[in-house]
Amino acid sequence: MITINGLSKRFRRTEVLRGVELKINRGERIALIGANGAGKTTLIRCLLGEYTHDGSISVVGMNPRLEREQVLAHVGFVPQLPPPLKMPVSQLMRFAADLCGSDVDSMRTVAARLGLDTDRIARQPFVKLSGGQKQKLLISVALGRNADLLILDEPAANLDPEARHNLFQLLAERQEHAVMLISSHRLDEVAALVNRVVEMDQGTITLDDRVADAVDMASALQCEIRLSRDEPAFAKAIADWGFVADGLSWQGRVAAPDRLRFLGILSRYAGILSAIEMRENAQ
Amino acid sequence: MKHLWLTALTDVIESLRARWFMTYTAIFGGIVVLLFVFGLTESRIMGFTGLTRILVTYLQLTMAILPLFVLITTVRSVAGDREAGVFEYLLSLPVGLAAWYWGKVIGRFTVIFLPVFLAMTAALVWGMARGADVPWHIYGYYTVFLFGLSWCFLGIGMLISSMARTADVAQGAAFVVWLALVLFLDLVLLGVMIREQLPAETAVAIALVNPLQVFRTATMMLFDPQLVLLGPTAFVILDNFGETGYLLWASIYPLLLGTTCAGVGYLLFRRGDLP
Repeated sequence: MITINGLSKRFRRTEVLRGVELKINRGERIALIGANGAGKTTLIRCLLGEYTHDGSISVVGMNPRLEREQVLAHVGFVPQLPPPLKMPVSQLMRFAADLCGSDVDSMRTVAARLGLDTDRIARQPFVKLSGGQKQKLLISVALGRNADLLILDEPAANLDPEARHNLFQLLAERQEHAVMLISSHRLDEVAALVNRVVEMDQGTITLDDRVADAVDMASALQCEIRLSRDEPAFAKAIADWGFVADGLSWQGRVAAPDRLRFLGILSRYAGILSAIEMRENAQ
Repeated sequence: MKHLWLTALTDVIESLRARWFMTYTAIFGGIVVLLFVFGLTESRIMGFTGLTRILVTYLQLTMAILPLFVLITTVRSVAGDREAGVFEYLLSLPVGLAAWYWGKVIGRFTVIFLPVFLAMTAALVWGMARGADVPWHIYGYYTVFLFGLSWCFLGIGMLISSMARTADVAQGAAFVVWLALVLFLDLVLLGVMIREQLPAETAVAIALVNPLQVFRTATMMLFDPQLVLLGPTAFVILDNFGETGYLLWASIYPLLLGTTCAGVGYLLFRRGDLP
């Protein structure tokens, strides 16, 4: 699906990508991780045909720079930072749908599954939406079309746990026939979504490893957390995940791919945890 | 073609919501209103009265405001969009670079030309309603000149936007270009250059390639066919072009210059990094 050979990119004196070699096949879901300045965004922009570069890139057998319309017809992209577009939401969806040969209804359907009512915000300028609403809308535009290469730059960063769970379900529905390239600063954010990890550092690939593909992306974990004492900071953090309290006990649901991230949150309060129970329920 | 019009429409919608467009429209609408409020239709200066007087004044004010406004807003919004990540996202959609760039040019042209043109037309309609004679041939020529001036500076703005990587650099460059053209617009400066032994033909050539000077001279020529106001320079112009020839030059040259600049801008845009 994607073949990258000797990819180098230089901005004046700074070499941002240094001879990157990468081959990605259909069905692969890749976590592209690395610190700021590692070259993740530059690599993504090269894949989107937005940057000139040395070396070669082939996406579905075509050069994304020279045959950008044909290549980008396969690509659904969610940027890390939402663009400050002043156009209304309905206009943005129509514009994207017209360019992609898709239809607005399928984007609306995806948005609804993420908990975004596009009818209610149709007339609002995109730039005036909240961070979460922007993220949901961009995901809807990317997933509401027939894309078989999904490039997602920190896609779940601004989403609440419920929307994250729904996003994971949406991605699970596409995992058989689409390639996913999910960029993140932190592996725990995306670990359960992927079956391959590519780590970048200073413009080169420093790790390229397969990971266990055991987590069902569409499933969820029923959780119960018991505390040894009440702690307001914990209550605030766990309430953000949609948990409800029953005395010192908290119950809620966590999307299966989010388990590592959830446990990371719990680890901050390890001193007050008396019991943790997590049961997987397929959806 | 569908993508080109989609991009143009999107740019129009984006611009209509931008603050600069509100200011821009308010300025040109305000000028027309002020000209009427101060009773310019009733004034008589150098033999010009009524709507002709209004149009002449309006065009002179437009020449002072429009180029700077078009240059600054174009480079600021295009280079600013690039910096803010708008290009990164919108150019990840399957749109051709030609459709994107020229769609943006067409959309932007629509929003910079229409307010200026509509304000002038509104003045005409208002004048007609008050029983004034309508100088149709002047209105026609002025429409063509305004069209050319808008297109020319939009093309220059797009070229600067393609060359500059940041909005600040683009804005600085736009200002320098405008300042250079205004400096060479100044007939005093041209006079000094001639006094410093610059051949008169060179000074006139500078004036002929400066779109601002071309616009100014052409608008002058419509009510002063012998270019008495321009002095000796007029002899060279009239000897080489004649009245019709010069009006033709003033109609075509800004369009050619704008198209060339926009075309070079497109080649640079296509060749370089997009976001």
